[in-house]
Amino acid sequence: METHMLRLFITGKTARSQAAIQNLSEVCETYLAGRYELEIIDLLEDPEIAEIEKILQTPTLIKIYPAPTRRIIGDLSNREQLLAGLDLYGSSFAAGTEGQS
Amino acid sequence: MTYATKPQIVKLETGIPGFDLISEGGLPENRTTLVAGTAGSAKTVFACQFLAEGILKHNQAGVFVTFEEAPADMRKNMLGFHWDIAEWEQNGQWQFVDGTPEPGRDTTNSGSYDLGALLVRIEHAVRKVNAKRVSLDSLGAVFNQLHDSATVRRELFRIACCLREMGVTSILTAERSSEYGEISRHGIEEFVADNVITLRNVLDEEKRRRTMEILKFRGTSHQKGEYPFTILPGSGIFGLPLSGIELKQHSSNVRTSSGIAELDKMCGGGFFRDSILLVSGATGTGKTLTVTHFIAGGAARGERSLLFAFEESREQLMRNALGWGIDFDQMEREGKLRVVCQYPEVASVEDHLVRMQRIIDEFRPNRIAVDSLSALERVSSLKGFREFVIGLTSCIKHLEVAGLFTSTTSSLMGGTSITEAHISTITDSIILLRYVEMFGEMRRGLTVLKMRGSMHDKDIREFTIDHTGMHIGKPFRNVGGILAGTPVQLVPDDIKRIGTMFDTKE
Repeated sequence: METHMLRLFITGKTARSQAAIQNLSEVCETYLAGRYELEIIDLLEDPEIAEIEKILQTPTLIKIYPAPTRRIIGDLSNREQLLAGLDLYGSSFAAGTEGQS
Repeated sequence: MTYATKPQIVKLETGIPGFDLISEGGLPENRTTLVAGTAGSAKTVFACQFLAEGILKHNQAGVFVTFEEAPADMRKNMLGFHWDIAEWEQNGQWQFVDGTPEPGRDTTNSGSYDLGALLVRIEHAVRKVNAKRVSLDSLGAVFNQLHDSATVRRELFRIACCLREMGVTSILTAERSSEYGEISRHGIEEFVADNVITLRNVLDEEKRRRTMEILKFRGTSHQKGEYPFTILPGSGIFGLPLSGIELKQHSSNVRTSSGIAELDKMCGGGFFRDSILLVSGATGTGKTLTVTHFIAGGAARGERSLLFAFEESREQLMRNALGWGIDFDQMEREGKLRVVCQYPEVASVEDHLVRMQRIIDEFRPNRIAVDSLSALERVSSLKGFREFVIGLTSCIKHLEVAGLFTSTTSSLMGGTSITEAHISTITDSIILLRYVEMFGEMRRGLTVLKMRGSMHDKDIREFTIDHTGMHIGKPFRNVGGILAGTPVQLVPDDIKRIGTMFDTKE
C-alpha cells in the first residue's frame, strides 16, 4: 500500500492542538504504521502558510495523498469521521461495511 | 480631573461623505461596529469604502476579511467606484484575508475546533501593512460555511476582542432578514453590540430608498434616526445628513433685483440677496418667465445664474427666452449662466440632490433657479421629497445666494400643491401667479403672499405677457375670490356695503 501524506495545522500548544496530535498519532500507528508521513505546522510560527492554504479553523488536517485531497477539521476526537476522512473506514470494519454497499 | 479632561471615546473619521456628520465624527476608534442590513443594502460597499476612504483621505492601511465575495471579484467590482484595490495591494495599503469557501473542497468534521487560524491570518495581515482599519464581510457567510453556530459565536467574540487589542477600528457586517425587525440573523449583536449601524433599502411607494441609521454608539453621541443615502458611480456611498446641517447662515439686508422692476417695487425694493423664493402657479401662468427674468436680472448686474430645468429641454428654454427678448445662449457663452436640463425620472431624488449640490459647488453661482420643483414630486415618495427640499434649501441658504423655485399647482384656478405645503415655511418669499376669469376671458394675476423681513404690496395685480416679457399692471379692483379660485365680480353696492361692515363709527 502507498504512503499517506498528512499535514496537521495547529495554532499554538492549546489543549485542542494536543488532543488532535494525540488522536491522529493513535490512528496512524494503528492503521498506517510505517506507511505515513505527518507534518505538524504551528500557524503561530508560520502565519503566511495559513493564508496560502486558506485555513480558517484549527486544528485542520489535510490529507494530501492519496487522492482525493481532503480536509478534516477539529480535534479529531470523532474517530469514525477521522477514519472516513482518511479513507481508512474500510480497514476498521473490513468485512461488514464494504459488503453492504 | 474634571469630566472634560478625562479620556473620552475618540472617533475615527471614516471619510464616508455624510456619515461623519451623522455619527458626529466617525466610528468609535479602536472598537468594533456592527453594520447590519438586508441583502442589497450596500453592506459590502460600506465595509469596502471604510477602508478605501482610509487609504485615500487619511493614508491609513486596511485589511479586508472576506467570506462572501472572492478577492478577484472585489478587485473588479470596486473599480466602478474608482477604488483600485489591486494597486493598493501593491503599495502595501490593502491586504485581503480570503475566507471564501473554495468550491469542490472536500471537508469533513471530527471533533471541536476554533477559528485560531483565521485569527492568526488577521493578525498577520494587520501587522504586515500596519493597518488601522479592518472590515469583516460578512458574518452570515461564516455561519453558513461553518454550521456550528455556538462555536462561531464564541470565536467571533474572541476575534472582536483581539481586534480591540490590536488597536484597529473595525467593521463587521451582518445580514438581517427584514428591514424592521431583529438587528441581525444570528444574534451577533449580543457580543459586538458596542456600536450598531443599520443600512436599509426600503421599497416605498414602488421606489427604493436607501437609509442609514446609527442604532447605538456605546458611550458616545450620534445623530438619531434614519438618514437617506445614495450610491454614486465613481465615489460610493454618499449620505445626506439633513439635520446635520445647522441653521447658522447669516442674513443680509442687501436687496437684489428680481429682473422685473415692478415686482421689485411690490416686494418693497427687491428680494433679499440670500433669500429663497417660491413662485407658485398653474401651468402657463408665467413661472418659467419669472425664472427667465430672474436670470436676466442677475446677468444685468454681472451675476452668475444656475438653472435646473426639469420640465423643458434646453432648446425649448432657449427658444422661449428668445421669444421674450432674452438671449440665454449668449449668457452661457459669457459664463453668466449655466442651464442643466434633466428629466426627473432619470434618477432618484437623492441622486438629483447630490448631483445638484455638485454642480452648485462647481459653478458657484449667485443665483439658483429650479423649474420646477414640483416635477420632482412624481419621482419620489412624500418623505423623500420633503427631505430633498430641505436638503436643497439648506445647501442654497448655506451659500448665501438667491434661490428661486417654481411650483405647479394642480388646478388651473386657485389651489396649492404638495410642494408648497412642504416648502412654504422654508422659503422667505412666496409669489402667487393665478388665472383670473373675468367676463369669459382668462387674465393673469400676481400677488406677493409673503416677504420675510420686509413690507410688501398686498394687492393682487394684473399682469400681461408679450414679446418683451412680463408687465405688471393695476390691481384687480371690484373682484373677489381670486385666490380661492372663484373670482366674483363685485358690483359697486357690494363694495360699499363691505366697506362699511368694519366701520365701527357707524
